[in-house]
Amino acid sequence: MTDSVVSFPAHLRTPGTDTRGSTGRWPTYAVGFALAAGLTVASFALAQGHWLTPASLVAALVVLAIAQMIVHLIFFLHITTAPAQKTNILALLLTLLIISLIVIGSLWIMAQLHTHMVPMDQLMQMQR
Amino acid sequence: MFGKLTLHDIPLDQPIVMGACLGIVLAGVGLLGLITYLHRWRWLWEEWITSVDHKRIGVMYILLALVMLLRGFSDALMMRTQLALAGGGHLGYLPPEHYDQVFSAHGTIMIFFVAMPFVVGLMNIIVPLQIGARDVAFPVLNSVSFWLTAAGALLPNIALGVGEFARTGWLAYPPLSELPFSPGVGVDYYLVALQISGIGTLLSGINLITTILKMRAPGMELGMMPVFTWTALGSNMLIIAAFPILTVTLGLLLMDRYLGMHFFTNDAGGNPMLFINLIWGWGHPEVYILVLPAFGVFSEVIATFSGKPLFGYRSMVAATLVITVLAFVVWLHHFFTMGAGADVNAVFGIATMIIAIPTGVKVFNWLFTMYGGRIRFEPPVLWTVGFMITFVIGGMTGVLLAVPSNDFLLHNSLFLIAHFHNVIIGGVLFGCFAALEYWFPKVFGFRLEPRLGKAAFWCWFVGFYLAFMPLYVLGFLGMTRRTNHYDNPAWDPYILIACGGAFLILAGICLQILEIVVSIRTRRARRDLTGDPWNGRTLEWSLSSPPPAFNFPVLPAVEGLDAHWTSKAAGPAARPAAYDDIWVPENSPLGFLLAACAAVGGFAVVWHIWWLALVGLVCGLGALIASSWREHGEICVPAVEVARSDHLANVFRVNP
Repeated sequence: MTDSVVSFPAHLRTPGTDTRGSTGRWPTYAVGFALAAGLTVASFALAQGHWLTPASLVAALVVLAIAQMIVHLIFFLHITTAPAQKTNILALLLTLLIISLIVIGSLWIMAQLHTHMVPMDQLMQMQR
Repeated sequence: MFGKLTLHDIPLDQPIVMGACLGIVLAGVGLLGLITYLHRWRWLWEEWITSVDHKRIGVMYILLALVMLLRGFSDALMMRTQLALAGGGHLGYLPPEHYDQVFSAHGTIMIFFVAMPFVVGLMNIIVPLQIGARDVAFPVLNSVSFWLTAAGALLPNIALGVGEFARTGWLAYPPLSELPFSPGVGVDYYLVALQISGIGTLLSGINLITTILKMRAPGMELGMMPVFTWTALGSNMLIIAAFPILTVTLGLLLMDRYLGMHFFTNDAGGNPMLFINLIWGWGHPEVYILVLPAFGVFSEVIATFSGKPLFGYRSMVAATLVITVLAFVVWLHHFFTMGAGADVNAVFGIATMIIAIPTGVKVFNWLFTMYGGRIRFEPPVLWTVGFMITFVIGGMTGVLLAVPSNDFLLHNSLFLIAHFHNVIIGGVLFGCFAALEYWFPKVFGFRLEPRLGKAAFWCWFVGFYLAFMPLYVLGFLGMTRRTNHYDNPAWDPYILIACGGAFLILAGICLQILEIVVSIRTRRARRDLTGDPWNGRTLEWSLSSPPPAFNFPVLPAVEGLDAHWTSKAAGPAARPAAYDDIWVPENSPLGFLLAACAAVGGFAVVWHIWWLALVGLVCGLGALIASSWREHGEICVPAVEVARSDHLANVFRVNP
C-alpha cells in the first residue's frame, strides 16, 4: 500500500501527503540555525553587557531582530524570488503591510498617550 | 502536591453554582451511561473522536458551539434577571463578585467558544465542498485544531465548579487582571483557556488558507470561487494575521502573573495601556473574522432562494478584501477615551466610518439580488432578511460611535452593549443560524422542520429587538455596562422590557431544540434524496446528502461561476466512463490526545501543580513525536466502491 502512494496521480491522492517539492536540504538548515543562534546570542550579549548607550542598544536590537526574521524567511521558510514563489511573495507583502500598520499605529498611539498623560507615578499620587 | 488547589476552592456554600455543577455532572454521567448502555464507545471513538474527515470535524465544532451557546445564554439570562430584580434599592440575587464572573464568562464564552467554533466549523464543512476538494489540506492538523478548541472550552466550565472565573470582563484589562488586584485563579483560567484555543484557531486558519489556495478543483480560478469561500479566505487571512497578536499579548500578561514581570503593571516601567492597544489590535480584526463568513452565508442563501446569480460578484469580492485590510486600521476606536490626541482619534474615527462603505456595497448587492427574483421564504431567507434589517441598524449606531466626541459620552454605556450585540447577534449569529438551516440537509441528509424553524426565527427576531433596543435608551440615560444594581426609577421599565426580550429569545432557543429533535424523529419522511433540496448553485449541491467520505467521486471540471447551476442548465451530465481508487486520510487519535494533555496541563498551570503540568507537556510531546512515526496515513477506497456510491446517488437525482 505504501509504495502505491507515490505512484498515484497527484489529483487523486489525499491532500497534505506530498513530500516532494522544494524543502531545503539540511546543510541550508544548519547554516540557518547557526545564523539564528548567533543573532540570538548577540542580542542577549548586547543587552547584558554595558557597551552601548540605551538608545543605541535599542537600535541595535531592532536591527538584530529584523536580521533574525530575514534569516528565518530565507533558510526555514524558503522564500526566494523565483517566479514559482509569486503567491508566497504576495503573502509576505500582505504580512509586511499588516505588521507595519500595527507597529506604526501602536508607536503613534503610545507616543501620543505618552505626551498627553500625566506620568504614571504622579497619576498614582493624585489618585491617593 | 496539589499546588494552590484545596477543597475550599469548590464553592460548596453557593447554592446557584453548586446547583449548576450538579446539573452538569448529572447530565455528563447520564450521557456517559447512555453511551455505555448503547455500546456506542467504539463507534464514538472510530467515527467521531479520531475522525479526520473535515465534515465530521465541522459538525463537532458546531456541536461545541451550540452546547456553549446554552452555557453563555444562561449567563445572559442570569444577568438580565439580576438587573430586573436589582432596582430601587434591592440587591438582586447575584452578589457583585459572582455577577462579575458571570458577565466575564458570558463574553468570553460567546466570542471564543460559540461564535468562533460555529464559524470555523461552517468553513470546515463547506469550503472543501464548494471548491471541489476531497478534504482540507492537512486533515490531521484539522482534528488537532478542533480538539484544542474543545480543550480551551472545557476550562471555563471547570472554573464553574473548581475555583472561580475571571472577574475582569471578557478582555481582562490590566491593571485589574494583574496579580495584586486579581490574586485568585480566575484570570489564570481565562488566560490558559484562551491560549490553548487560540493555537487551535491559528492552526485551522493556516489549514483553510492552504486548502483554498492550493486545492481547488481543476479549472476553478480564484475569480470563480463561491462568495462564501472568498469570505472564508478573508476571514482566515485575518486569523493568521491577528491571532498571533492575541497569543503574544496574553502571553505577556501570563508572564506578569507567573514570572513577576512588569509588561502591563503600573510600576517598574510597565504600561497597562499597551495591553489595551495590543488586545484590540487582535480584537477588531476578530470582529471581521466572525462576520465575513456570515456575509458569505447570506450571499449564498440570497442567491439560491432568489433563483438568480448574486448581483455584483466582483464588487462583493472586492468589498470582502477591502474589509479584510481595513480591519487592521481601526482598532483605536475601542479606546478613544484612553487619552490619545485629537489627530489620532480623528484618523481612527474616519477609518472606522470608511468601513461602512464596503459593508454598504454588500447590503445593496443583496438587495439587488432579491430585486426581480422569485424569492422563496424558507427559514434561511428569514434569517437573512432579519439580518439585513438588524445589521443596518447596528452599523448605523456603529458609525455614530465612530465619532470620537460621541464616543466620549457613550463609552462603556449600555449604548455600546446594544451596538455590539446588534451587530454580533444580528450579523454573526443570524448568519450561523441561516447556515444551519441552509446546509443541514447537505450535512445530515434530511431537512429541518420548516414551521418550527420559522417560529424560532420570529421569537429570536422580536426577542432581540425587545432585549437590546431598550439598552440603547438606557445608554443615553447614563446606565453603564457591568452594573450590578441600581437606584434610578427611570431605568426600570426599559430593564424589564429587556428582561422580557431575553425570555422571548429563550423561547426561540427552545423552539430550535424542538425543531432539531422533531426533525431527527421524522427524518425518514424528510430525507433529501436529490442532494440538491434548494435548487442550489454551487458545487456542494452536486453531491449526495450526506456526501461520501471522499466528497467527489470524480473531481469536477469548473469553467465559471455557479458551477453546479451551469451544469444543471446544460442538461444531464454524462456518467464518467471509469472510476479510480481514491485515497482518504486515515483516522488519527493525535488531536484528542494532544487536547487531553493540553487540558490537564492547562488545569495544572492554573493551579500551580507543576509536576502535573510537566506530565501534560511530556505526554503531549510524546504523542506528537510518536504520531510522526506512523507509516500509513491513508486508506484506499476501491474504484468499485466509488462507482457504487456514485450510482446510488444518481438513482434519485431528478433532472429538471
